[in-house]
Amino acid sequence: MDQAEPGIEQGATTRLLGEWTLSRHAQIKRLLAQSPAPEGDLCLKQISALDTAGATLLIRWLGVERLQQIISSDAELQPERKALLETLTRAMGREPAARQKSPNALIQALELLGQQTETLARHFWQLSGFVGYVLQTLATVLPRPSRWRMTALVNQIHQTGLNAVPIVALLTFLVGAVVAFLGATVLGEFGAEIYTVNLVAYSFLREFGVILASILLAGRTASAFTAQIGSMNANEELDALRTLGLSPIELLVVPRVLALLITLPLLTFVAVVSGLVGGALVSVVSLDIALSQYLSILADVPLKHYLVGMVKAPVFAFVIAVIGCMEGFRVSGSAESVGQHTTSSVVQSIFMVILLDAVAALFFMEMGW
Amino acid sequence: MDEAIIEVRGLSNRFGDNSVHEDLDLDLYRGEILGVVGGSGTGKSVLLRSIVGLNRPSGGEVRLFGQNLLALPVEERSRLEQRLGVLFQGGALFSSLTVRENVALPLIEHAGLSRDDAEELAEVKLALSGLAPHAGDLYPASLSGGMIKRASLARSLAMDPDVLFLDEPTAGLDPIGASDFDQLLLTLRNALGLTVFMVTHDLDSLWTVCDRIAVLSQKRVLVADAPERVAEYPDDWIQSYFKGPRGRAAHRAVKSGSVNNSAVQRS
Ligand SMILES: Nc1ncnc2c1ncn2[C@@H]1O[C@H](COP(=O)(O)OP(=O)(O)OP(=O)(O)O)[C@@H](O)[C@H]1O
Ligand SMILES: [Mg+2]
Repeated sequence: MDQAEPGIEQGATTRLLGEWTLSRHAQIKRLLAQSPAPEGDLCLKQISALDTAGATLLIRWLGVERLQQIISSDAELQPERKALLETLTRAMGREPAARQKSPNALIQALELLGQQTETLARHFWQLSGFVGYVLQTLATVLPRPSRWRMTALVNQIHQTGLNAVPIVALLTFLVGAVVAFLGATVLGEFGAEIYTVNLVAYSFLREFGVILASILLAGRTASAFTAQIGSMNANEELDALRTLGLSPIELLVVPRVLALLITLPLLTFVAVVSGLVGGALVSVVSLDIALSQYLSILADVPLKHYLVGMVKAPVFAFVIAVIGCMEGFRVSGSAESVGQHTTSSVVQSIFMVILLDAVAALFFMEMGW
Repeated sequence: MDEAIIEVRGLSNRFGDNSVHEDLDLDLYRGEILGVVGGSGTGKSVLLRSIVGLNRPSGGEVRLFGQNLLALPVEERSRLEQRLGVLFQGGALFSSLTVRENVALPLIEHAGLSRDDAEELAEVKLALSGLAPHAGDLYPASLSGGMIKRASLARSLAMDPDVLFLDEPTAGLDPIGASDFDQLLLTLRNALGLTVFMVTHDLDSLWTVCDRIAVLSQKRVLVADAPERVAEYPDDWIQSYFKGPRGRAAHRAVKSGSVNNSAVQRS
């Protein structure tokens, strides 16, 4: 037999042999399951290696009281092992915490449903509270230029606006081209290819410009807001601000909201222009519409369509910024929670943007604008 | 006791223009408890990170069990790392696992224990580190500062490592907890032959458990020797450290025998 293998030698005094260590945990467990705890004397002296894992199994096997007897009666046991076993028995002698049993599946499902409903309700409650709080802070800060945080604001505009220009421009350019192709395919059948220009113009001025810019901003910026504020929250930095008598809303949220209120309309403008450029490219290259013709049709489109699109931008900006920031405030401690709330803020803000846009489309249609 | 299991040779570390270590040498011998002291920002944590291979030094070499961790292939490196236990200064508990799962994780991943076995063993380690029984179910975010220290101690002990690295283990513990910790460290060292590298500012700990003290100053190890001899070393910082009011009080307490020093008994 392998020298190091843990073993039990039965006899007048039961002897334990070999290595009782973590790497042999499974072996020891099997061995102990086969052998009942001995009644007579027990000799631990010949164990060649004993660590806390082995000692724990030993104590579980013998029971705390029995082992304490053995330790106190065995004069030959090495003192350092004695100390280890004593320390462990002291630690294990305490009553272990009762593990909660999980109830049956139906009750769990009901519990989950209840919890989620309650969370949703509380969520809307919190959201309206947060919106109110932000508006109130805005109202106190805006009339006092001395409390404007220009550095933070400019920094946020840089990150959320300027840095987003290339991606917004590229994406809307491509969508503009796609819409033009679509128009050419459908309208070409009626010999009305020329209306492709109107299709591109109306869709980008009224809807696509603002919607695409908002969705990109929701994915890019709402998530960043949540992650930034969320990890500050997890790290107690928000609490530190509060104890310094500073308002996290004023310091962190207001600059972000203002930054988006400024950048989203600008990005919308960029989106509209590059969508129209995309449409123009397709029209000129594959539909044989001259650029001058394209431009003159554009010039005839009434200004109100542009305004209908633009007026939505600040609203969407506010929604995206507030949702992103509020999810950051709801983060609780763990890295996992930062991830959950970041996901949630992107989903929520895209959802809200599309929902509001649909409502707005209905409204404008009924008004005949 | 003369076999060096960690050899640091000519180590230098710099971050940008800020040079933290220059030509630093240090040995850690099997079975000893080495206390590392130094003012704030003298690079104790960086030294610890360099030894366990988390920080690639700008110069010099660190040999663990005779091998350079950073030059090893992944498999071997992981095997070596399993022989190390690290308690980070900030705890570094996994925030999305409960405390018990934090301790059980290496047992499941490396020792191949079943989940139940691992959690049972984890419970024992938590009790050893002095955590209350219900604490195992909590998430790190809901622990107090001292509880975080204890939980991460339990995690660093999970695999019964050969070498234990502790970064300020008693900071934030109540004095009773801190002296329990000292006793636990001695018990484990004596029973398991543990080697300990401990960064600490706790003068009581230094006098009670450390076999040697290494002083980090002027970007290198100024002196590494038995506590008594280090305390006599002619250097202004060391003198004000050990002979200041706190240093003297801690030394008196140990001398008067209120705590038994088994490190002295051993040698
Ligand atoms: N990742 C890093 N990047 C830049 N500088 C760093 C980095 N880590 C540490 N430093 C610098 O190295 C120096 C030493 O830091 P270290 O954390 O080791 O100090 P310490 O001795 O552990 O101090 P304390 O007792 O306060 O924990 C400090 O000046 C710190 O600013
Ligand atoms: Mg440090």
